[in-house]
Amino acid sequence: MYEFFQQMLNGVSLGSIYALIALGYTMVYGIINLINFAHGDIMMVGAYVGFFSIAILGVGVVPAMVFAMLACALLGVVIEKLAYKPLRNSTRIAALITAIGVSLFLEYATIWLLTPQQRSFPIGTFPEKNYYFFDQQLVLTNKDLFVLVAAVALMVLLQYIVKHTRIGKSMRAVSQDMEAAMLMGINVDKTISYTFAIGSALAAAAGVMVGVYYNTIDPLMGIIPGLKAFVAAVIGGIGIIPGAMMGGFVMGILEALVSGYGSSLYRDAVAFAVLILILLFKPTGIFGKDTGEKV
Amino acid sequence: MVTKKLNWTHLTISTVTLAVIFTVFQYLIARQLIDVYYQINLFMLGINIILAVSLNLINGFTGQLSLGHAGFMSVGAYTAAVMTTKLGYSFAIGIGAGCLAAALMGLLIGIPTLRLKGDYLAIATLGFGEIVRVVFLNIEYVGGASGLIGIPQLTTWTWLFVSVVVTVVVIQNIVNSSYGRACISVRENEVAAELMGVNTTKYKVLAFTVGALFAGLAGGLYAHYFFIIQPGTFGFFRSFDILVMVVLGGLGSTTGAIVAAAFLTVLSAGLQSFPEVRMVLYSVVLIITMIYRPQGLMGNKELSFRTFQRIRGDKNGPVVNREPV
Repeated sequence: MYEFFQQMLNGVSLGSIYALIALGYTMVYGIINLINFAHGDIMMVGAYVGFFSIAILGVGVVPAMVFAMLACALLGVVIEKLAYKPLRNSTRIAALITAIGVSLFLEYATIWLLTPQQRSFPIGTFPEKNYYFFDQQLVLTNKDLFVLVAAVALMVLLQYIVKHTRIGKSMRAVSQDMEAAMLMGINVDKTISYTFAIGSALAAAAGVMVGVYYNTIDPLMGIIPGLKAFVAAVIGGIGIIPGAMMGGFVMGILEALVSGYGSSLYRDAVAFAVLILILLFKPTGIFGKDTGEKV
Repeated sequence: MVTKKLNWTHLTISTVTLAVIFTVFQYLIARQLIDVYYQINLFMLGINIILAVSLNLINGFTGQLSLGHAGFMSVGAYTAAVMTTKLGYSFAIGIGAGCLAAALMGLLIGIPTLRLKGDYLAIATLGFGEIVRVVFLNIEYVGGASGLIGIPQLTTWTWLFVSVVVTVVVIQNIVNSSYGRACISVRENEVAAELMGVNTTKYKVLAFTVGALFAGLAGGLYAHYFFIIQPGTFGFFRSFDILVMVVLGGLGSTTGAIVAAAFLTVLSAGLQSFPEVRMVLYSVVLIITMIYRPQGLMGNKELSFRTFQRIRGDKNGPVVNREPV
């Protein structure tokens, strides 16, 4: 029984990382209908910025996270301006291929500039502490706690931005109907830039968390978490913010349970199998609305 | 659609050109006049053409975004390799079994998932490809993560060349038949096609199955050229690679897919000498082409005899071979 709770606990902290990445996917998709395949790689860049902030500037984890978020917010905006904006009126598949191109560019430019070798966060960055519960049956590390608290705090902040600020209001308007929003005087370009900035900042935070959680980072670290976070966004219903959060937690818990009870080798396959099953029964994701087709 | 009579002149020219290409390379390879490095790239080119042309039937003509083509390729590769290496069947039977297994997989995956639309279909097929990879990774019988080794090198130039020609001819004939027109109508407007009495599900599944069959063929040829197949070779990056060829060539243009497959294979091989910046340049080329030519190199036009006639200024030739839709 404790074993089960332990896996749930691991799953929730892993899931909060997926949820943060999934939020960026879902926000970008909601606003310009683009699967931003480069999102996982923005997370990787965030992890590297965090790593260098800690290793070279010698700052703590929280300031490192802030630096990473700022750097990636800028990176996200630049990518959108250079690569996606010229394609806003062309086919979606052209934009998709461009996103794949950007993803490859970020991965291999990092390999080129920083070598493909793995890097470990300096020892002592995050002194590990374990908290035991129920006669040492249940263990909670301070890493789990840090990831969970930071992720939840960021999600609350995001909810606040989306629900209660001007920029959040314009984001919601643009995602509902871009043309109508434009007619109402909303600056669509600016709104899209903000969306990319916020989404990329969340990914960067997730990147630093992955670095802290697993202790190693490498230039290709963004691929699999990126893919899983995307699956999480789809499970929750892509374009829907609470859906992405829930999808992230579902993915994290599922992964922890499969690793804990079954074979960790099948971990990724199970995630995708669940995705396909959910899509077959609810083709627009759990929170998705079936809009039907207008002729 | 212009009623087409078999044009014997064009057919003869095509056959002669193909025969010449075949003979020249056969001679060069037999006499070992092109070194192994170029030979590998030549075979890779052929395999890529099969993959791109077959994916183009699904993505380009039928308009169903599939990101799982490498999955079908791996099913074909593993089936063919197991047939020849482990069970001792002949190469032809191995390849045939590979094609059938991939087609069957296409059918099984296609029937449920093709109800999904657009990006949801894309992510479901991507998921399928990853599941296939993980499954092969965990089957010890086919070598697990280290892969299936010791596959005899049976893919000859003749096999490759004939396979490429058969793929192109079959797919081009499907596209120009009533089946192909039904597929194109699904791409252009699924609702309208359905209202006109086109059984859209049937044609989507058909395109998916045929595409998978040829991906299986490419897989079988690949396995029997490179001695070894590993699950990692057929990851989603491979599917992207094929998709990039199709989109770069122009969705719905078979000749475009061939040109783009050739262009990307040569580009990738040419950049081989700068290993550290190879992928960076590749991705930059990809982004720039997409920004300046989002419809792909060829759009949905085909390169054909008529194109050359037009270039020569032959006013008597038919003007277009397919109405823009």
